[in-house]
Amino acid sequence: MENKTISKERRAYIALMRVLMGISVALTCGLVLFMIAYVLGRGIPNITWELLSTKPSYLSGNIGILPDILNTVYVIITTLLIVLPVGVGAAIYLTEYAQNKKMVAAIEYAAETLSGIPSIIYGLVGMLIFLQLFGMQTSLLAGALTLVIMNLPTIMRTTQESLKTVPQSYREGAFGLGAGKWRVIRTVVLPDCIDGVITGCILSIGRILGESAALLFTAGFAHALNGFVDGLGKSGATLTVAMYVYAKEQGEFEVAYAIAAILMLLTVIINLSATMVGKYFKKRRNV
Amino acid sequence: MKSIITVKDMCLWYGQTQALKNISMDIEENSITALIGPSGCGKSTFLRSLNRMNDLIPGVKITGELKYRDRDIFGKDMDVNELRRNIGMVFQKPNPFPMSIYDNIAYGPRTHGIRSKAQLDEIVERSLRGAAIWDETKDRLKKSALGMSGGQQQRLCIARALAVEPDVLLMDEPTSALDPISTMKIEELMESLKKQYTIIIVTHNMQQAVRISDSTAFFLLGDLIEYGNTEKMFAQPQDKRTEDYITGRFG
Amino acid sequence: MHGIFLILGLVTVACVLMISVYLVISGIPAIGEIGLFQFLFGKVWASTAAEPSFGILPFILTSIYGTAGAILIGVPVGFLTSVYLAKLANPKIKAVIQSAVSLLAGIPSVVYGLVGMVVLVPAIRNIFQIPDGASLLAAIIVLAVMILPSIINVSLTALEAVPKEYEDASLALGATPIETYFRVSVPAAKSGIAAAVVLGVGRAIGEAMAIMMVAGNVANMPTLFGSVRFLTTAVASEMSYSSGLQRQALFSIALVLFLFIMLINGALNYFLKKSKEN
Repeated sequence: MENKTISKERRAYIALMRVLMGISVALTCGLVLFMIAYVLGRGIPNITWELLSTKPSYLSGNIGILPDILNTVYVIITTLLIVLPVGVGAAIYLTEYAQNKKMVAAIEYAAETLSGIPSIIYGLVGMLIFLQLFGMQTSLLAGALTLVIMNLPTIMRTTQESLKTVPQSYREGAFGLGAGKWRVIRTVVLPDCIDGVITGCILSIGRILGESAALLFTAGFAHALNGFVDGLGKSGATLTVAMYVYAKEQGEFEVAYAIAAILMLLTVIINLSATMVGKYFKKRRNV
Repeated sequence: MKSIITVKDMCLWYGQTQALKNISMDIEENSITALIGPSGCGKSTFLRSLNRMNDLIPGVKITGELKYRDRDIFGKDMDVNELRRNIGMVFQKPNPFPMSIYDNIAYGPRTHGIRSKAQLDEIVERSLRGAAIWDETKDRLKKSALGMSGGQQQRLCIARALAVEPDVLLMDEPTSALDPISTMKIEELMESLKKQYTIIIVTHNMQQAVRISDSTAFFLLGDLIEYGNTEKMFAQPQDKRTEDYITGRFG
Repeated sequence: MHGIFLILGLVTVACVLMISVYLVISGIPAIGEIGLFQFLFGKVWASTAAEPSFGILPFILTSIYGTAGAILIGVPVGFLTSVYLAKLANPKIKAVIQSAVSLLAGIPSVVYGLVGMVVLVPAIRNIFQIPDGASLLAAIIVLAVMILPSIINVSLTALEAVPKEYEDASLALGATPIETYFRVSVPAAKSGIAAAVVLGVGRAIGEAMAIMMVAGNVANMPTLFGSVRFLTTAVASEMSYSSGLQRQALFSIALVLFLFIMLINGALNYFLKKSKEN
């Protein structure tokens, strides 16, 4: 019988592939570790109570990020308040009402297109539409409206995915009792797809937190301390925009690193909660 | 005739459950052996142990002695890739790679280091002829294998297995997903392959076992109940359970 | 109720139409004034000079080179990582690495920009002995890092969808697992992996803020160690103080970028569809 064992050439190929994969995995993991360690290491020592609880003042030379924190919260709340009904409603239309296949295809294609558009274009279009066309001020509201368009596909997709997993028998059961369509959706279908809505919210919050290019020209970068209603009409920087301005325009790297560390921690929290929500609802569904 | 595979006191566990109990059987060279029995009896597990495809499943433990040409199948000096090259396999569902017909056949030889175009061309033609599918494919070698019918795909898979010049062919219910005409073609093919190869086939189809096999082994709940000449076994089963099964009382 | 939900559904379509129409309406005038050829192939961008010149070839080329560079680095690393995750990693390690990758995806682009600015740019300056490290190379590295999660996730999905039967057949022919993964699983997942690459291209070409912080932002024709400006950063860096024809020209740049993106989205959809059919 001829010798059929693995040749040297094959062994070399296998070893090479293993080494290349090892390098790639090490690079990927090293990168994550480096980003976390470096940003937190440089940033956390700079996070002080004073930084978190004051507003900046040119007179005293103080830098505080309280206004930026509040602005971020305002923008998140406003965006979600608007995008949720629209996104969830659109998802309901697609899964529960739509009969016309072409209409569904058009809407889904539009959502895909929206999720592929880069944020700098959203910033520009937001400025054109909300500021130039509607005559709004550079304001948190204009920024939030821009973010609504950006996050619409996310909310739609997660809700839709979750709606698809609601068993058809639930609907049939409720219809069998003589309930109307809207009543069935409200009482049976919607409560069961709440996980998709929550996941969508978490993903959107993450995206809003990290957004800068779309807000620069729509929400501006003022650091004034405002109440919620007041603030919506005024220009204001979110944490991310503030970080950019402090690093790029003002060279205040300590502040920038402090904000970066805060953003990093929030990103970790958001990722963890997205995973946990997923697990929680998966468990509940299986019970 | 000479035994090519010998199995002695083989047991196999999936974790805590024992799937095969003290199996002993010798398989003769250039013969067709059919493994029959109801679903879950362990016949496929047995088949997949012979070329160590069960290695891939976590938690599998095997004891006893399995030998291929007097070499220990699970021995330390046995190279599993070499073993699988010698003991080829055809699966239940035709599974051609999503590549051209030519590349499907050439995959094995290429893996084993054959680069020359002329040599590959020759192997491809020989293998396709060997699987009696050359005439149907010679004009479309560069076309995707996924465009063929199910029966053609299965014969392509047999040709692909032949291309690495194996010694033994394991077939795991190769015709269960096919129509009667394709099934007949594959049975004819097996008859002619017997001259050159040793074939072990798992089948659910008793008529098929009678039509093609020289010996038959009947498995039940992990035990090898009866093993012997096919004609004898179907005419005069020694064990009551074999008789019940082949006369269709259960399974 | 049907009507209300229909309207909510159509909001998305309306948004896409509005964005397209507005970009076209505001992007056309400047192109008309400057001349399409002058605009696209002019090598000099001097928007605030006494005799302004509006050629965006430097931006187009920078965006193409920058994206190509990022793909050249990011795709092999991401692809090999995804093969490891899909086929070799044990489930626990896989879960850990996957959550690390999704963290990487969640880090805001300005944070990448900041780290690039403080760590990468000085490192490039020191290693290559050049006066300023803010360069195309710095942007390429930052972009490569930023597209890594998309590439890993999309190719991972594609590789996991490869039917086990293909791999069994290859192993039964005597191929080793590694040979099987690279010669059977990867070719079988090629549409999905192509989609991953195209998605990476889209991400890289659309990124603005991170590269704004590391690329130097001078409207030079691109060189690896030179300060460069991308299509995205060209819009971002002048928008806040622009006026007149300069402002109009920025809108035209955005239109060009938008057309690039639509082209990439089309390619992405094509590959995703093809990958689903397999």
